[in-house]
Amino acid sequence: MNMPASASPVPAPRTAPLPDKEQAARELTDIMARFTGYVGKRLPQDVLDKLAELRERETKPLAKVVYDSMFDNLEKADRLDRPCCQDTGALQYFVRAGAGFPLLGELKAILGDAVRQATKEAPLRHNAVETFVEKNTGTNTGTSIPWIDWEIVPDDDTCTIEVYMAGGGCSLPGAAKVLMPAAGYEGVVQFVFDVITSYGVNACPPLLVGVGVSTSVETAAMLSKRAILRPIGSHHPDPQAAKMEALMEKGLNDVGIGPQGMSGSASVMGVHIEASARHPSTIGVGVSVGCWAHRRGTIRFQPDLSYEILSHKGAVL
Amino acid sequence: MKKILTTPIKDEDIAGLHAGDVVYLNGLLVTCRDVGHRRLIELGQALPVDLRGNAIFHAGPIVVKDGDGWKIISIGPTTSMRMERFERDFIRETGVKLIVGKGGMGPETVEGCREHKALHAVFPGGCAVLAATQVERIERVEWLDLGMPEALWVCRVKEFGPLIISIDTQGNNLFETNKAEFNRLKVPAIAEISKEVRFIK
Repeated sequence: MNMPASASPVPAPRTAPLPDKEQAARELTDIMARFTGYVGKRLPQDVLDKLAELRERETKPLAKVVYDSMFDNLEKADRLDRPCCQDTGALQYFVRAGAGFPLLGELKAILGDAVRQATKEAPLRHNAVETFVEKNTGTNTGTSIPWIDWEIVPDDDTCTIEVYMAGGGCSLPGAAKVLMPAAGYEGVVQFVFDVITSYGVNACPPLLVGVGVSTSVETAAMLSKRAILRPIGSHHPDPQAAKMEALMEKGLNDVGIGPQGMSGSASVMGVHIEASARHPSTIGVGVSVGCWAHRRGTIRFQPDLSYEILSHKGAVL
Repeated sequence: MKKILTTPIKDEDIAGLHAGDVVYLNGLLVTCRDVGHRRLIELGQALPVDLRGNAIFHAGPIVVKDGDGWKIISIGPTTSMRMERFERDFIRETGVKLIVGKGGMGPETVEGCREHKALHAVFPGGCAVLAATQVERIERVEWLDLGMPEALWVCRVKEFGPLIISIDTQGNNLFETNKAEFNRLKVPAIAEISKEVRFIK
């Protein structure tokens, strides 16, 4: 093709990352390290609002003792700039990146570096034990840790990263099962209540309960985790699913587990359902649980790495 | 007025306490969780800390090096039920008087607490900075080869709490009582919801 002489010059072939890309990667690593540390110290606004509401409503004396300790703790964690819970989890990142985000290819390495940096600077507890080797790596990184879940958005150049930090205690109740269609949605309800009233009691209630409804165990389980990443107060867009969320929230609160299982006027901060279309012969159900110290943070980057923190009000890194 | 227990704790200090009472602790509190229990009970390794009359904490803290010593950043309870398999033998072997953790424990621990006069108490879970501010100092660390969360951190604490007694010396178990109630209440709740979610027609 004939090109006029004034056309842009052909870029030189790239054999190594451009220096400004390396600098951008360092900048993104630093922001993600600081954001990860921040998420371990301060709860997102929706969780704070819900906890304040539940505390206000509580009437039982032992439950009140626990709520008082919780809010005293959050104040101290903020003031002393320390992780509000000592269990800062095995880090998980849920990435929703535009295919055109400039650092997409570097992002996995960047998040690993960010975790190593946050582990020292925040600091975070050493929570990555290499399986079978049975040694704590001391860096919070190891095989597939941090765990990264990817969603690539076509025709987009921004990147939204969800940080999730779950202690072992609220990962223990996690369960998934495949029901026969005859069990119906009633079977889903039974499964959720069995999990929460048995194992949820020790998982630092009031809990955020995520339910996945799908074909098989792994898809239902992943959806249940995505469900607890939704802001509290949000509802499933399908009216029947939203109704089931509301019914299960009320039903679990009627059981009255209370903060730390001390019994009280509430059990949960909410119940969220995520669903996929499914095989006609199965109902896969998964349950994931978030503790009251639900450490979740959302940050959105523009291609020039300017960012906005969506989960925490007035956050300064 | 705050009810405060001071280590070494004697049988008569805790005989009158009941599940549901709130107490605080002064003295020696040693973190000990999954592998610490396994080493003593299953592998027969002697515990490098004398726990007679003292307290253990089911906890794995965040600590940082501070000169020659260590400083606690955050320390909160972990799920006590994970130690249920070992706790009755652990109480017998060590003479520990107070076990602090999170959530309930089961019938074996209840028996251990009854036979050897010990308590299990809950420190509110997730309140790790509150707890850290009640640790005066870390006296020493043992079994650091297990890594930061599993090592035995020997802590000197002051008015450590609130500690809600979940298992007392008379065989009462607060969580078992609560769980029975939760299981009773869940039956009508499920029945009520089930009527409303017959979406498969």
